[in-house]
Amino acid sequence: MAITRTDVEKIAELARLELTPDETELFTEQLRSILGHVEKLNELDTTDVAPMSHCAPAGGDAEYAKRDDQVRPSLGPQLAVENAPDSEGGYFKVPRVIGG
Amino acid sequence: MELRQVTISTLHKRISSGELRAADVCRGALDRIEQFSGLNAFITVMSDAALAGAERIDRAVDRGEPLPALAGTVIAIKDNMVIRGVRTTAGSRILFNYKPPYTATVVERLENAGAIIIGKTNLDEFAMGSSTENSAYGAVKNPWDTARVPGGSSGGSAVAVATGMAIGALGSDTGGSIRQPASLSGVVGLKPTYGRVSRYGLIAFGSSLDQIGPFANSVEDVARILSVIAGHDPNDSTSSNTEVPDFVSAIAGDVRGLRVGVPREYYGAGLDPEVREKVEAAIKTLETLGAVIVDISLPHTEYAVPVYYLIATAEASSNLARYDGVRYGFRSEEATTLKAMYSRTRDQGFGAEVKRRIMLGTYALSAGYYDQFYGKSQKVRSLIERDFSAAFDKCHVIATPTSPTPAFKLGEKTEDPLEMYLSDIYTITANLAGVPGLNLPCGLSSSGLPIGLQLIGKQFDEGTLLRAAHNLEQALGADFTPPFVGTQ
Repeated sequence: MAITRTDVEKIAELARLELTPDETELFTEQLRSILGHVEKLNELDTTDVAPMSHCAPAGGDAEYAKRDDQVRPSLGPQLAVENAPDSEGGYFKVPRVIGG
Repeated sequence: MELRQVTISTLHKRISSGELRAADVCRGALDRIEQFSGLNAFITVMSDAALAGAERIDRAVDRGEPLPALAGTVIAIKDNMVIRGVRTTAGSRILFNYKPPYTATVVERLENAGAIIIGKTNLDEFAMGSSTENSAYGAVKNPWDTARVPGGSSGGSAVAVATGMAIGALGSDTGGSIRQPASLSGVVGLKPTYGRVSRYGLIAFGSSLDQIGPFANSVEDVARILSVIAGHDPNDSTSSNTEVPDFVSAIAGDVRGLRVGVPREYYGAGLDPEVREKVEAAIKTLETLGAVIVDISLPHTEYAVPVYYLIATAEASSNLARYDGVRYGFRSEEATTLKAMYSRTRDQGFGAEVKRRIMLGTYALSAGYYDQFYGKSQKVRSLIERDFSAAFDKCHVIATPTSPTPAFKLGEKTEDPLEMYLSDIYTITANLAGVPGLNLPCGLSSSGLPIGLQLIGKQFDEGTLLRAAHNLEQALGADFTPPFVGTQ
């Protein structure tokens, strides 16, 4: 089933993208074309194939992924908010969430 | 000082002996960047920091101190790797003013080895693209023909090296973003094995695919840079603790008896006849050097593009959720509610290709479609990985074209995303399988554009890949200086 304009609006909402009507139109058309190409995967029977979520070396030692849980220095509040568009006293400031 | 004509090792000798000053090398590079600024290879040039670093090396020479491995090596960094206090944009408006509070491990390792970091190179926004046209800071132009693209997404890094603005550069490769621009711009580029190089400080795109790697004008220099940046990093739990060999000694030795696999699926419809001819000639040269050419098959190749564009976009939609106008970068000031602030910030901050990929990835992961798209693509990814495992039972390295065509024209593929995606058709499989891949320039088209050979190796066997490439490079003996640069 081809993707519709309503689908695109719903995905944009999920992705937190306030698309313009022109963008919605264009993406509906382009995603339809891309998803049409993706249909090709249905040619393959993958019933007994395990999904691959990463490419750590086969038979490799994954122990390196672990480390001791030790306290280490971190950025600290002043440095952490330095790049924020808006902040106050070491906190991020955003528009009102509840009420207003 | 023509940086295109010098290797890291000769430069190191000449700086160590006092014959050449690192500061002069650095100034030469800065002049070159200025001279060719029209190519738009850099987003940020780090003149002061670079000169200060070069002067530190000169003082060490004056004191008679031994110099570290990359002393005086001018290196450019793709602008999706962070350097503390230096604006890092990832080619996006949404990070137009971001000054990272920390430095990527690869940059730290280069600096500790004495490299001079000259600046941050232009790229497709968040490394999403194959032409470096998707940058909020303007498109990069190909020095071989300025009406054409340099490839992407690491187009700025490839061009910096091709034009002698730097001796080496770092790029990142999620589906070919090092190898494809290396091919279109006529330089050597390596995507190492997944996990070979730390990604701490790399702005994430597709985390199961992303890998950092070097560009240079010779295989030897690529090996030298890789030796410095490779190895486990406690700050990146996906970086492997597999032993790092000395890649420079690994290139020594011949290729007699080396089994080179030629996968028939990479030579079918869509391959430019001139690209085929040059790539086949390069493979023939390997044979005359004593390599054994073996016919192989990678039967699931035709599924790689759809698999890639589901997995990469799904991971991107998750990774890019962090750009919300709260902690860094751009914020739309129009909104009065938090949700509208997020949505407007993201719509105004991201470019069209990034939004398209976030949309596709969100769709592939959404309720009702997950199994059909994301789940299915992960299963087919397994089949592609198995293809490579089976092929490497028959050969040591695999030889293919890097890109189906030489550099295409600016604007030629921007209207049709699918056609742009197909320019990665030969490179994305190595990312899906986690194996290393390298581009070696192997000839010019009749219109004078570079053509690249791709060599793909086994996991953590960059050594064999580099040795094969080095032997071929020496046998071809070609100079890939763009005429545009030579005549200036």
